[in-house]
Amino acid sequence: MPRMIVNARINGEEHELFTDPHRTLLEALRDTIGLTGTKEGCGTGDCGACTVLLDGSPVNACLVLAPEVEGKEVITIEGIATDNTLHPVQEAFVNEGGLQCGICTPGMVLSAVALLDRNPTPTETEIRYAIAGNLCRCTGYDKIVRAIEVAAEASR
Amino acid sequence: MRAFAYHAPSSLAEAVAVLEREGPGGRILAGGTDLLVQAKERGSVPRYVVSLRDVHELSRVSFDEAGGLEIGARVSLGEVADHPEIRRRFSAISTGASLVGSYQIQNRGTVGGNLCNAAPSADCAPPLLVLDAVIDVHGATGRREIPLVDFFVGPGRTVLGADEVLVSIRVPSPPSKSGSAYLRHTPRQEMDIAVVGVAASVALDARGDVASLRVALGAVGPTPFLAREAGARAVGQAPDDATIAEVARIAAGEARPISDQRGSAAWRRHLVEVLARRAIKIAIGRALAA
Repeated sequence: MPRMIVNARINGEEHELFTDPHRTLLEALRDTIGLTGTKEGCGTGDCGACTVLLDGSPVNACLVLAPEVEGKEVITIEGIATDNTLHPVQEAFVNEGGLQCGICTPGMVLSAVALLDRNPTPTETEIRYAIAGNLCRCTGYDKIVRAIEVAAEASR
Repeated sequence: MRAFAYHAPSSLAEAVAVLEREGPGGRILAGGTDLLVQAKERGSVPRYVVSLRDVHELSRVSFDEAGGLEIGARVSLGEVADHPEIRRRFSAISTGASLVGSYQIQNRGTVGGNLCNAAPSADCAPPLLVLDAVIDVHGATGRREIPLVDFFVGPGRTVLGADEVLVSIRVPSPPSKSGSAYLRHTPRQEMDIAVVGVAASVALDARGDVASLRVALGAVGPTPFLAREAGARAVGQAPDDATIAEVARIAAGEARPISDQRGSAAWRRHLVEVLARRAIKIAIGRALAA
């Protein structure tokens, strides 16, 4: 099967991805255009490390074939800060110590961004539900949940 | 992942034509959350995939009183979980969809895919079984309808032919004074696979007695299935605790669980009885409030 061209808007810029059809969005982001902020954990949709926003909704980039994003908008961790200002969720993760090794962090942040976009005043239960698909193996979840609560308060 | 060919037809007819032309080894790609895991983990890589990406007619949910509910093959689990009319009129279905995987999975995965992958534990199956769902299928020889009760053959297997595409899932409008519910047991609260899943639907007659009652079970047999005896027993009875207990006991007897790393057969049978009691009770409550 020949390589194909996939047109997608990634972090606000139009991209022409030249990709094999069996490559995932995760591979296209990291290997084709060098956006390595999106991490691979399990590769099978269990850990959420590769979470990106596809047309505004969180998805596992490891389970999306690259050709499936034709005509769609993709936001990665590289795309949420503006100029030199971190996104409020990123700021809160820094201030609250919501990370340790950092591998889960890009996915956690994007799940939190998506949550606050659709629900600016989430309860703790809603926050924990929103990150149920994002596994952290070092910090534990309390500081992450706190960071999201702080980001929600800051955005009000 | 080993390489495979990718087709993105722009209509249903074209999708079926690709399947006919390319022959064996093809898979339909809707959300891909099962397909890609199977390809990566189990090495079951298709020779080619036929993506429904550009078949826009399949991305609709429609509901009207006369025609009932229709969920297109490409509609995400998340859309079904959040749909106001599905939540109100088809509660068990929205609950089932909301329990599959994480938000990330629900935003890609589809109800149609959940059925076609035919896991015995598929969370969308028991709710659709108790609500009399019919699968609309398009193949090389035209369209056909398959009642969901006749759809599953075994773990991972359905009656779908190699050249057939699931088009939509249709569910009749529930009668007035009816309700449904789906409950499952998992050791973890989220991101887990049902050890047992139980759906119930109840319709009450003018006197307030049970006009019809259905119970469907997941993860306690080679396929999700209707516990027919349990449902039949309740007809004409008052929807009270005695009836509920009797129906749940019969449903537990109809379960055919196995023992595996997720739980023993005896424990699963016990869970069927407990969850059936609770699900029927919730469904009755919803029927009374309808």
